[in-house]
Amino acid sequence: MKQLPDILKEIRPEFDFTTSNNFMEDGMLDSFDMVTLVSTLDKTYGISIQGTDIVPENFQNLQTIEALLRKCGVQL
Amino acid sequence: MNFTFHRKRISGISAVVPARERSFVEEMRNFNFPEARSLKLKEVMGYDKRRIVEPHVCVSDLAVFGVQSLFDRGLLARDEVDALLLVTQSPDYFMPPTSNIIQGRLGLNQDTVCLDVNQACAGFVIGLIQAFMLLDQESIKKVVLINGDVLSRKTSAKDRNIYPLIGDAASITIVERDARNLPIHASLKMDGTRSETLMIPAGGMRMPSTPETAVLQNVGDNNLRAKDHLLMDGTAIFNFVQLEVPPLIEGLLARAGVPIGSVDYFLCHQPNRFMLQKLADKMKVPYAKMPNNVVEKFGNSGSTTIPLAITLNLADKLTGNSELQTCMAGFGGGLVWAAMLMRLGGLAFCEIIDYP
Repeated sequence: MKQLPDILKEIRPEFDFTTSNNFMEDGMLDSFDMVTLVSTLDKTYGISIQGTDIVPENFQNLQTIEALLRKCGVQL
Repeated sequence: MNFTFHRKRISGISAVVPARERSFVEEMRNFNFPEARSLKLKEVMGYDKRRIVEPHVCVSDLAVFGVQSLFDRGLLARDEVDALLLVTQSPDYFMPPTSNIIQGRLGLNQDTVCLDVNQACAGFVIGLIQAFMLLDQESIKKVVLINGDVLSRKTSAKDRNIYPLIGDAASITIVERDARNLPIHASLKMDGTRSETLMIPAGGMRMPSTPETAVLQNVGDNNLRAKDHLLMDGTAIFNFVQLEVPPLIEGLLARAGVPIGSVDYFLCHQPNRFMLQKLADKMKVPYAKMPNNVVEKFGNSGSTTIPLAITLNLADKLTGNSELQTCMAGFGGGLVWAAMLMRLGGLAFCEIIDYP
């Protein structure tokens, strides 16, 4: 299964997502990228991230996204 | 606010869409974004085709075309129209009311009640609530509810947040009394403290249009927009819908005593496919029961997406012998969110026609 940094890199190939602590503030993800990421994560892990969880705070960095995935029952 | 109505029904729906079609793939070069990112967006959001008017076409043009077509085919008679209710965010003028312009162009008599209602994406449910209230008057037997917007004319072609999703359309819904005493339930919520989430900042009395308000500015994410243009805080709107709409619908169903499984179709406003799929997931409703194909064929035309969803997906059933339990839900500018539980069936017409 693809790793989270690889999934992010497919959406924005120009960035290294292992070095940033805030993807939004660093201009690496915008709101539409977040939507694309949620759709990809849903398909990759067979989950449906709740609409109310699709907020910038949950997509700040690798740790917050992993926490969201764990909340959805994904074992990382 | 909760409402219950009796002895009211929809007897026909005609949706009018501009013949002028635009393709997302052709338009995406307008945006300052790599093609690959735009194509991913297309797949997730369901952007594909949309219908927009020529730059000179107004809401009254779409409305008059649609109603006249009903007159011409004998589906509606001039002297049957007791009230003409127009829901729009893009009137022809500040004054007079666009509903009066439509009345005059259609040659309706002077006893016709004409009302403009300034409401956005919840405007189909709000229009029906208003139409049902009018029908409580003995003198009003038939209401022509017109929903329409031409907001493509107020969007920036350089704004990826708005431009690819906006469509123009109008719908004509005939509302009248029903001999049967079937209850119709509705719930409506409004929150003006969040009114700036979806707005056109300039052009009204607060900020009149000037050469300065027409200047494109970089508003972030490489989007260019002027103050004369429609703006939307997409993230805030998305979260508003996911947070507020499910409990509204659940409360409506509970009040009506109708289990969620007994609803044949959830006919929701359609901003994009992703938002509706997340809404369906949250409510545990199968996607097949919540059509999400309007935005990909016509774009988001505000309050007209619900009648378009009906005419696009349910025409055969509703003009045949079927009667369906539907739950309609609109949400958007205001902010406003509204839902209505209503049986639909036995329509005299349920169609989409091209303008011109």
